[in-house]
Amino acid sequence: MSYIDFLFEFSPKLLTGAYITALQMLCASALAILVSLTFGLLRLSKNRLATGFATVYIEFFRGTSLLVQLYWIYYVLPLMGLTLDAFEAGFIAIGLNFGAYGAEIVRGSIQAVPKGQWEAATALNMSPSLRMRRIIIPQTFSILLPPASNLLVELLKATSLVALITVVDLMFVAKQINATTWLSAQTFGTALVIYYVMARFALTPFLRWLEILAARKVGKV
Amino acid sequence: MNVLSERNEMNQSSSISAPDENPMVRFSGVTKRYGNLTVLDNLDLDVSANEMVSIIGPSGSGKTTVLRMLMTLETIDQGIIYVDGNPLTHMERNGEMVFANERYLRTQRNNIGMVFQQFNLFPHMTALENCIEAPINVLGLKRDEAEQRAIDLLRMVGMLGKKDEHPTRLSGGQQQRVAIARALAMRPKVMLLDEVTSALDPEVIGEVLNVIRALNSEHNLTMLMVTHQMGFAREISDRVCFFYKGKIAEQGTPDQIFNDPQNDRTKQFLSAVLDAN
Amino acid sequence: MEWRWDFAIEILPQMLGAMLNTLLAAGIGYGIALIVGLLLLLGQRTKYALLNMAVREVVEFVRSTPLIVQLFFVYFVAPQFGVVLSAWTSAMLTIGIHYGTYLSEVYRGGLEAVPRGQWEACRALNFSPARTYFRVVIPQALPASLPGMGNYLVGIFKDTPMLSTIGVVELMHTANALGAETYRYLEPYTMVGFMFLLISLPTAAGLRKFERYVGRALGVTK
Repeated sequence: MSYIDFLFEFSPKLLTGAYITALQMLCASALAILVSLTFGLLRLSKNRLATGFATVYIEFFRGTSLLVQLYWIYYVLPLMGLTLDAFEAGFIAIGLNFGAYGAEIVRGSIQAVPKGQWEAATALNMSPSLRMRRIIIPQTFSILLPPASNLLVELLKATSLVALITVVDLMFVAKQINATTWLSAQTFGTALVIYYVMARFALTPFLRWLEILAARKVGKV
Repeated sequence: MNVLSERNEMNQSSSISAPDENPMVRFSGVTKRYGNLTVLDNLDLDVSANEMVSIIGPSGSGKTTVLRMLMTLETIDQGIIYVDGNPLTHMERNGEMVFANERYLRTQRNNIGMVFQQFNLFPHMTALENCIEAPINVLGLKRDEAEQRAIDLLRMVGMLGKKDEHPTRLSGGQQQRVAIARALAMRPKVMLLDEVTSALDPEVIGEVLNVIRALNSEHNLTMLMVTHQMGFAREISDRVCFFYKGKIAEQGTPDQIFNDPQNDRTKQFLSAVLDAN
Repeated sequence: MEWRWDFAIEILPQMLGAMLNTLLAAGIGYGIALIVGLLLLLGQRTKYALLNMAVREVVEFVRSTPLIVQLFFVYFVAPQFGVVLSAWTSAMLTIGIHYGTYLSEVYRGGLEAVPRGQWEACRALNFSPARTYFRVVIPQALPASLPGMGNYLVGIFKDTPMLSTIGVVELMHTANALGAETYRYLEPYTMVGFMFLLISLPTAAGLRKFERYVGRALGVTK
């Protein structure tokens, strides 16, 4: 079977898998962003209980392995009465895990806004919440986006693990095709190229565009 | 046209000789420490309404700390600061004076405006947006009203033509003039100028000093200015305070301080600074 | 389902034994990655622009694609060409290459952290290239690289559960086997999680200490 024939026969299936991968990526990113903002801000709170809770969350999810979390959410939670289907368990595990890493980025970027900006806002008698909302947060985007972009590429790659809890994503489809054809080089090679294209020619340019937009917003470009 | 608060026709020069019964700003026994280092040592300082006081001294003498405490950017360790008769650093609770909490500070801070050495304009807002943000969201002004006020002030500092530019597109001198307009837009009673020309290129210092001159002569504002520009301090101040190691080593009219300093430290400092120029 | 301590204690020795394999896999994989990273760095700094570009593209490709797909690729493709690699060999090779690309970037960042003036000073003093690198550049680049190097050590450790999918008998593999055998997944999976936490947290803290120590020993940081 030539590679061209292989592509004709299996590319529809691989692309369906890639579509599920993209959906996992979108859902997991949305959750991760929500978690990052929540726990990043909690980490900076003056309330000891809030910072403590956020620290435990972040260290717990960063300290254990994503695959372990994935298995735990999919296989152990149902034993405790909470059953999620594979797709939900997949993006929830990834979102919670990457949210812990993202929270540290959010915290770091808020702390990276120059001290003078905080002081100028205080000198204008802004309340802490107004200062955060109108002065600090808008300036964090240009600081936060480069590391957040790297994290999102990592997140895209991490979605391949959901195949292990039976989500029919690109990795899962590749394993299926490999099991029936044993054309391993063609199968996994094509899957790798699809992941590469998604990361390098779709996700990365989009994130670069956002970075430029954010830099323009603070007049850096 | 007076774009600031209502004019008060008080004579300014009387404030040095006779003690003021109702000072605009009063530091009473204020001490500030960082760990073992005492930055300000039991400071007493009164500033009358409409007075222009310059603070000079070597670095590390506590000059900037005086302004930062008055802006409530730093807490104090001992003593108390009053602004316009009200305690600033403290509030009354159950008949006792306790350190002010954030809510109380917010009722007092509007009296005070500050211009920083590094301008600290908000980079994501235009010059105009910088000037209307706090009037709208803190003072509760209507947008039109805030814009009109900002436009008047930007005209006064000569920056109306650049009102829609972001700070990164402005020179240091232009940014500092916008920063002055931004602080004035809150109509403070006391203006604090913290080394406002120190971060500027020599050729643009003049434009900022001109704005301060205009402010001083045309408007009624109590001003405290930390500066290294001795000539300017001499020209514009009603009173000059020389700080040394957290204390006022000497104070008096510009004439007294610059022409006839009594304290050895003042003499050393002035000769060192004037030699360097 | 109730947590059963007696079951947890019963499987603990087996889990601890498997943990040794996990640590071994992370250690060997990291060792290979450190060397591959160096080779990939040198491969981007040769006299041949075309070679530099090709290596750069390979690095980009490997960094942009998932480790687990690479793992399957290496494990299943080799036999197609008549070479049979064991699960362990495939795993070490894949981790070595995957993390080698990350480490080459870390090294590069470290080199870039050395100010230009340092190179120029070396040239002005007529230092040999070896002297320039070993006495001036590396002592300054190393402290800048250590945080990244440490992060990827912990990163490899946390990626080792993936190796179970091609049959490397490490901690996750053992937990799966115990679960399949006894129909109890609660204890094995939870224990895996806590064992990871108990190793990765102190390791991360220890690495931070080590970074400070090295920085101080080299006199680069306070």
